[in-house]
Amino acid sequence: MIINHPLLGPRDSAEFTYLGDAKMIERPDWESETAAQDFYEYAYLRDNPAGIHRELWFHEGGDRSYLVVTRDTVTHEISNVELARDVARKLGRSK
Amino acid sequence: MSQINRLEGGQIDRNQPLNFKFDGKSYAGFAGDTLASALLANDVRLMGRSFKYHRPRGPLTAGSEEPNAIVELRSGNRQEPNTRATTAELYEGLTAKSQNRWPSLAFDAMAINDRFSNFLTAGFYYKTFMWPAVFWEKVYEPIIRKAAGLGSLSLLDDPDEYDKGFRHTDLLIIGAGPSGLMAALTAGRAGSDVILADEDFAFGGRLNSETFAINDEASDVWVQATIAELSAMSNVRMMTRTTVIGAFDHGIYGAVERVSDHLIMPAAGKPRQILWRIYAAKTILAAGATERPIAFENNDRPGIMLASAMRSYANRWAATPAQRVTIFTNNDDGHSTAADLHAKGVKIAAVIDSRADAPRSLDYEVVQGAQVVDSKGRLGVKFVEVKLADGSSRTIECGALGVSGGWNPNVHMTCHQRGRPTWNESLAAFVPGGTLPPGMTVTGAANGDLSTHMALKTGAAAAKAALGLKGRSAKTPTAEDAPVSQTPFWYVEGCSRAWLDQQNDVTVKDVKLSHQEGFRSVEHLKRYTTLGMATDQGKTSNMGGLAIMAELAGKSIPEVGTTIFRPPYTPTSIGVLAGRMRGKEFHPTRLTPSHYWAKERGAVFVEVGNWLRAQWFPIAGETHWRESVDREVTATRASVGVCDCTTLGKIDVQGSDAATFLNKVYCNAFAKLAVGKVRYGLMLREDGIAMDDGTAGRLAEDHFVVTTTTAKAAAVYQHLEFVRQCLYPDLDVQLISTTEAWAQYAVAGPNSRALLQKIVDPEFDISNEAFPFMGCGNITVCGGLRARLFRISFSGELAFEIAVPSRYGDALMRRLMDVGEEFNVTPYGTEALGVMRIEKGHAAGNELNGTTSALNLGMGRMVSKKKDSIGSTLSERAGMNEENALMQVGIQPLDPADKITSGGHLMAADGPVDAAHDQGYVTSAAFSPTLSSMIGLGMLKDGGNRQGEKMRLVSPLTDLTVDVEIVSAHFVDPEGERVRG
Amino acid sequence: MRYSGFKVIKEALTGHKGWGPAWRDPEPQAHYDIIIIGGGGHGLATAHYLSKVFGEKKIAVLEKGWIGGGNVGRNTTIVRSNYLLDGNEPFYEFSLKLWEGLEQDLNYNAMVSQRGIMNLIHSDAQRDAFVRRGNAMMLNGADAEYLDIDQIKKEYPFLNFDDARFPIKGGLAQRRGGTVRHDAVAWGYARAADSRGVDIIQNCEVTGFRIENGVCKGVETSRGFIGATKVGCAVAGSSGRLMAKANMRLPIESHVLQAFVSEGLKPLIPGVITFGAGHFYVSQSDKGGLVFGGDLDGYNSYAQRGNLPVVEDVCEGGMAIMPMIGRARMLRMWGGIMDMSMDGSPIIDRTHIDGLYFNGGWCYGGFKATPASGYVFAHLLSKDEPHPTATAYRFDRFKTGHMIDEKGMGNQPNLH
Repeated sequence: MIINHPLLGPRDSAEFTYLGDAKMIERPDWESETAAQDFYEYAYLRDNPAGIHRELWFHEGGDRSYLVVTRDTVTHEISNVELARDVARKLGRSK
Repeated sequence: MSQINRLEGGQIDRNQPLNFKFDGKSYAGFAGDTLASALLANDVRLMGRSFKYHRPRGPLTAGSEEPNAIVELRSGNRQEPNTRATTAELYEGLTAKSQNRWPSLAFDAMAINDRFSNFLTAGFYYKTFMWPAVFWEKVYEPIIRKAAGLGSLSLLDDPDEYDKGFRHTDLLIIGAGPSGLMAALTAGRAGSDVILADEDFAFGGRLNSETFAINDEASDVWVQATIAELSAMSNVRMMTRTTVIGAFDHGIYGAVERVSDHLIMPAAGKPRQILWRIYAAKTILAAGATERPIAFENNDRPGIMLASAMRSYANRWAATPAQRVTIFTNNDDGHSTAADLHAKGVKIAAVIDSRADAPRSLDYEVVQGAQVVDSKGRLGVKFVEVKLADGSSRTIECGALGVSGGWNPNVHMTCHQRGRPTWNESLAAFVPGGTLPPGMTVTGAANGDLSTHMALKTGAAAAKAALGLKGRSAKTPTAEDAPVSQTPFWYVEGCSRAWLDQQNDVTVKDVKLSHQEGFRSVEHLKRYTTLGMATDQGKTSNMGGLAIMAELAGKSIPEVGTTIFRPPYTPTSIGVLAGRMRGKEFHPTRLTPSHYWAKERGAVFVEVGNWLRAQWFPIAGETHWRESVDREVTATRASVGVCDCTTLGKIDVQGSDAATFLNKVYCNAFAKLAVGKVRYGLMLREDGIAMDDGTAGRLAEDHFVVTTTTAKAAAVYQHLEFVRQCLYPDLDVQLISTTEAWAQYAVAGPNSRALLQKIVDPEFDISNEAFPFMGCGNITVCGGLRARLFRISFSGELAFEIAVPSRYGDALMRRLMDVGEEFNVTPYGTEALGVMRIEKGHAAGNELNGTTSALNLGMGRMVSKKKDSIGSTLSERAGMNEENALMQVGIQPLDPADKITSGGHLMAADGPVDAAHDQGYVTSAAFSPTLSSMIGLGMLKDGGNRQGEKMRLVSPLTDLTVDVEIVSAHFVDPEGERVRG
Repeated sequence: MRYSGFKVIKEALTGHKGWGPAWRDPEPQAHYDIIIIGGGGHGLATAHYLSKVFGEKKIAVLEKGWIGGGNVGRNTTIVRSNYLLDGNEPFYEFSLKLWEGLEQDLNYNAMVSQRGIMNLIHSDAQRDAFVRRGNAMMLNGADAEYLDIDQIKKEYPFLNFDDARFPIKGGLAQRRGGTVRHDAVAWGYARAADSRGVDIIQNCEVTGFRIENGVCKGVETSRGFIGATKVGCAVAGSSGRLMAKANMRLPIESHVLQAFVSEGLKPLIPGVITFGAGHFYVSQSDKGGLVFGGDLDGYNSYAQRGNLPVVEDVCEGGMAIMPMIGRARMLRMWGGIMDMSMDGSPIIDRTHIDGLYFNGGWCYGGFKATPASGYVFAHLLSKDEPHPTATAYRFDRFKTGHMIDEKGMGNQPNLH
């Protein structure tokens, strides 16, 4: 596969390691009353669609960026690639 | 002349005669021959035996789809089993052997199987060999296994080298027949970057086998002119002997170039084959078509082949399987073979055409409305039995029979991303359809456009479209454009032992039985009968099987379905897929800064991940590794030792939020660590299990140095970047791995300070007061060399770790040895390191095994409840905090002479020894020279409360039972006085 | 129709006219006591044991395509019980025992071939881990054997002993491990189940569950609604997709695992060999093909195909440990969908919906588990309580912190 890195352009996926569901960005609040349940769901229950999937890839053999790659798990077509840090900021994880 | 079946003409070089041997007998051929064409020219039709019935077999085809003529090529450590004689290029001195026969090809004892074919039908294994039960493994299976396989490997290491390469192109064209050549010409003239790849050793594809005209000249004129023009273009890369094996994601194609397979051995420094990974923006698949046979009784005898193959042998290789030939066809193409062979002087006994209105010929007899129903001849066809239109029979004598049942487009690569071909009624064949691999266009015969004119035209058009070229096209060369319509004719009615899959011996009868027993879906058919599972991947057999199943099921062929094709397009050597990553080059080898020094000292090295580390340093007189290790431990504890610990991961953490960041990734507190201090830290995974441990030293307010274990360096770095980028994207913190940047040595033992004082520059005070336990700082050594000093101890002794830029690592080690002579400084390796850490009770990889929590490791209280850190919430789950949770303990044998085995299990002192009574296990064990006894660390249920308990250590695997006592894991200096000294 | 020596000979001599279909092709009935979704190895085995051992009647197996077309038809055919953890080892040993009696139980020769499996050891830490595992196996009543380097040289002389990057230091063998003709497992269970009245309904895709007041009443299918008292799901790689129809999220990711087979070769490899310093394992089939594989591609996928980097990685491992295979040719590669669970171990449990049961999360180890998986799932479906060897395979183990993590990789499915 080829991942079109937002900063570096198209790179072979062999340069990357895969982490998984981009929901891992949304780590729960440890002080919430439902923290135990929230963390269980966060750590163990993943979206696993046959279709469009947003997922984290780490450019280990490159610039060490985490990317959020939007990829179809049936065709492997990649429709979008973002820097994970930008996604995290948009999700309000700045502070 | 011994080549009695050699004809005039052809693309062989008669000025280059070549000698070769088949089954020990010498023959001659010419450059340009394949092994199969040369053998046919020498009147050898018998080249192999089938898999199950050991039936005599000759070539069915003239290409890579060949099921029958497969041989062991070369000998010794270069022996290549299952090599297709139809594609093996002849070279001087070639040797080949037939396979799957004993004692000889002409007389094969296993051919007895053919007599028992009534028993050996499809699926016979599943119904039998079950009585008595024990006989399967003892009697039946060994017999079946012995008969397995076709060719054999030499069992010797492959002596050749393989390479890998990467290429990028605007347009990859697969197949250099008329369509591919025309596409390349169009794209090449437009200046695009083009790769033209063909599996054959000559470009031209089917044109090489035909007597067609292009632009009113022999097609070869056009082919050669086109090749010349393309070769002159710097933007076109021409790759012969290159098979594109698969279409992978996003326009990545695998291709294997056979650099040296046409030579007796690779030239010096050259690989045998190269695996190319081709990144293609667009691809044109111009892979042509494969002729399909018609099944009839005993249609598998040597000499019976596809009519198009017969034409190839005659036109390209000037060889004929026999001097008297019959053709059996249901279409006009079969007549071309008759005409071409007749023109070359081969006697056409008759053309048997199933069509009542078949075209007549003035040159030979055409039998209309007739069918070949059987053949005779023990090791090759001698007679064919023909059923005439009026129902009567006629026997025709001939040495070969060409069979033509129409053509199937080579759609294989269109299916590599699970696209399914569609059925074309007028061709009675599957053509590319559904979803093609993105960027791929199919042209010419591969797309069902079977005339030369259409091949040329669609090739040019596809190149234009793929590259978005504007403007008028060059004129398509003129060529034959005969309308092609094919009528299905899969098998002759009433036949039974009529072969579909010739290699695996699947007959029409087997397909019928498969249907009868309910194995009716195409996948069941394949698996039950093994149809299409042989080395030819069913290229000539799948359609026939499918068609017969459709007929039996009363369905259309597309309703029954097609099996989709998977990579590789043709079988691919495992060697080329591995490339150079074998032997010592399997993984990169990382050397520590002191490696060459250690080598000079005679160190024994051990693989630690990709690192090589000194395991111990034997000295004169030591005959057993334990002597060396014991000495290293004792000397270190008595005076001072030095160990290279560069392999530990080092991560520089910098930024104003560095402390905040570390506070999130370590389960224990880090926010308030003072500058100049080091702290032990435990990192958890989010699931609350220990991930790694190490230290973090604060060199400045905004600068920490984190260490990880050797094994987890990469994983920890990846994790920290995840936390930094994905969870806390705006913390002011930067990370960089500096593992290779710093050489780091542990200097341990009561004289470690004294030793270091000899090299640390005088302005740095490293006395106990100025530089206490868990201190750290930037210093200089040896007169100004920048260094980092950490007062940390893995051994339990007074100890430091000193780091200098890697390029000074070797020099520093030598200096430490020089100045340390007065202290009897002793280098120690990983074994002594391990012994000392076990003596001290420090957890390492065997304890941090991915299933142990902070609680299990005796560090439960370290997990701060006052802050959020990775893993803290989930570490509170009930299952990880049960009363009898495993806890790290020390283990000592009651009798000091007894052995402790890592991996042994702990059982109560008496009672049953079984899984139900398992109490824990030993994680690490070593002989402690300090205690003169073996000692161990382990995980024991409720281990925190069981000190002093007598237990049994059992290791049935190594036949060991030892009485042990559970003790503190801190065997040496449990109060920790030494480290503070 | 029983297969017997007499019958085989009689049919051979009379043109095989007496063989009937191995299983019927029935129309679905309106209601079943138990419906199994998934006509793979596990589903068909479940049906067989439900009928034969637990005396259940009115059972149907619903299969979207053709039976045996999923992972039971695409795997590397290895059976073994060399597990470490309490939650696993008794289950897999139970499975191996069922394999050992399979032919007689099913009256079908699935060619269970106990040629042994050997895990190579390349480091001290690996030795420690394998010794612990071998001991765990023996304490659970399974067989295990430690091989030193001399024994390995004797039994496997073709391995790379001379210039290995990671030298072989020993091996853990399980002689009772081996291989089984994978397709025949599905067919054998199907035929046996069918002969006891189980309806095997192919080309019947489940499109939804009918759930009323928290109770599963049956399934919607491409062939209409089919009622059931209990519904068991055993669809491996399709678990996520299927259970989503019951609004369930699973602790499972679907990944692609590639496997490979070479051209047929005369016998050269005695049993199953796994390389401990790379991603490679291999055995040789009764037909002579080397059947080999390695690691997952690593990314979520339902595509049933993989990519070149892993193909190369596997072949590199093969050449590193077995440099004689360089001139053997890879004949086919294929990819299957693995239901990778969050701790690498399966789930066999009730769901929160009454009457709906789940069996999945087999990662890439499902084939060897086929008989026991069917047996214990049948036990659960019939008795509503877990079989003693499968009590740990609960849904809630992640919530309660009772993970069964053989490899110690945590909640990272692609590392298991």
